[in-house]
Amino acid sequence: MSELIRASAAELAQRLAAGEVSAVEVTQAHLDRIAAVEGDVHAFLHVNEAALDVARQVDADRASGEALPALAGVPVAIKDVLCTLDMPSTSGSKILEGWVPPYDATVVARLRAARMVPLGKTNMDEFAMGSSTEFSAYGPTKNPWDLTRIPGGSGGGSAAAVAAFEAPFALGSDTGGSIRQPGAVTGTVGVKPTYGGVSRYGAIALASSLDQVGPVSRTVLDAGLLHDAIAGHDPRDATSIPDAWPSMAAAARDGASGESLKGLRVGVVRELDGEGFQAGVRQRFHETLEKLAAAGAEIVEVSAPNFQYAIAAYYLILPAEASSNLAKFDSVRFGMRKDVAGGTVEDVMGATREAGFGPEVKRRIILGTYALSAGYYDAYYGSAQKVRTLIQRDFDAAFEQADVLVSPAAPTTAFAFGEKLDDPLAMYLNDVTTIPANLAGVPGMSLPMGLAPEDGLPTGLQIMAPARHDARLYQVGAAVEALLEAEWGEPLWAKAPRLG
Amino acid sequence: MSEITPESVRHLAQLARIALTEDEIVSLTGELGAIVDAVAQVQQVAGDDVPATSHPIPLSGGMRVDEPGTPLTTEQALAGAPDHDGSRFRVTAILGEEQ
Repeated sequence: MSELIRASAAELAQRLAAGEVSAVEVTQAHLDRIAAVEGDVHAFLHVNEAALDVARQVDADRASGEALPALAGVPVAIKDVLCTLDMPSTSGSKILEGWVPPYDATVVARLRAARMVPLGKTNMDEFAMGSSTEFSAYGPTKNPWDLTRIPGGSGGGSAAAVAAFEAPFALGSDTGGSIRQPGAVTGTVGVKPTYGGVSRYGAIALASSLDQVGPVSRTVLDAGLLHDAIAGHDPRDATSIPDAWPSMAAAARDGASGESLKGLRVGVVRELDGEGFQAGVRQRFHETLEKLAAAGAEIVEVSAPNFQYAIAAYYLILPAEASSNLAKFDSVRFGMRKDVAGGTVEDVMGATREAGFGPEVKRRIILGTYALSAGYYDAYYGSAQKVRTLIQRDFDAAFEQADVLVSPAAPTTAFAFGEKLDDPLAMYLNDVTTIPANLAGVPGMSLPMGLAPEDGLPTGLQIMAPARHDARLYQVGAAVEALLEAEWGEPLWAKAPRLG
Repeated sequence: MSEITPESVRHLAQLARIALTEDEIVSLTGELGAIVDAVAQVQQVAGDDVPATSHPIPLSGGMRVDEPGTPLTTEQALAGAPDHDGSRFRVTAILGEEQ
């Protein structure tokens, strides 16, 4: 395979700017890789036919002496939950098959403004509901480390595309772990920014008070570069934070020196370790803590007693918001319509939604409808929102004792296809480590923590920081990455199977 | 045990405008029962003194400058619709015979 596909986005940007390689060459290398491995991996739902044209224009503008943004000509993959003017946007659902939105999501518009080259749209669980991509209406994505296993979800397509060297980095979205859990099980880096840090305009909504768009990459620095490109206030998103953000890439570069671990207070969340976690995941986690301590970090145990209720609160708040958000798929304005002979528009809606939604989406819409119905609202939705307050208070207390909190990013390595498909509750438990950050709005990162000894599959370390302190994640994440890679002698991705 | 019955699932499906099959109603009754039993614990956690959080990062309503923009054209707005007459979305009858 071409060495270009194994280069980081930061390296590609540097070589493009220096004129050592053209955007067309870089894009072609990735399109060739996609053609070679997609039969095995199925990370993409749509490959951008215009990618080479976009690259050609970047090369022409560079040749004419135009000053280009730092990431100009670097290819990027985009999760199918994001609206794109020139490519179908299905959110993994049959109900939106072939739908081409009339506008770009703000984050997509920002990628274009940065002159990056969109490679295509990546696979996902339908409307981002799932932890395995098995609920995609277009078939699952395979984990590049073991094609018989899930790549995580919902953003398994973006994570697998990056892990399989089909793209240097990608956009994902994270409502309860959909960036971080796929990152953990595919040996990649994924970041859920502070809620409001990145625009949700044009991200097909799952649960509006939880959704955040963020970067997926092979290195912490690359995630920071992509984060910088998409972050910042958007007047089209009423929940967008109006403040300016420091550079995440600069924080990552600063952190890579390793000095930032000295005296850092690392809080280990007692409730996110122990029972229910795979032995090899725990082993790698505790080894990582020992290395952090040896590098000068102070390891402190913190307790977040209300985290035990996070999944319960999440599976009331999310379905409630989703049932409301997905009401717009009504067979009138966009998407599919299933006609009913002699039926009213209501009959057509019912038939369309029955035919167009998959099993998990139906399950959550019905659950959300139940949680919001008269007589149950206070008992379920109202109580869940109070739990949310208690979880925020737990975070506040923990961040008084620690600068960052850490846990395994997922309780197990990648599981086999079908293993949890018939047991919704078992599938939901996968998100036990990631959900608290979404409920509290704080930023979280997953990064490679080594391979589990019992199955040789990637494990992930989760780092969480206080809201608005995303830069701290990058500083600490880059320090941890440098520490672990120095020990391994190479990055984890260098051990990934060479597909194709 | 939860109070999820096939009748309640049928009613919820009607509220949600999803024409579930009988098989789906049966399987969802069991699945939702198990899920509701598992999530019902939230009722035991917080007392009356705990306020609800609807939004993780409180922001007070930001006001934007009221200036004319360029909205979608009618053609763009209709482009993804299953059916339209060139200026409006077209749907089948909105009232049943009894109405």
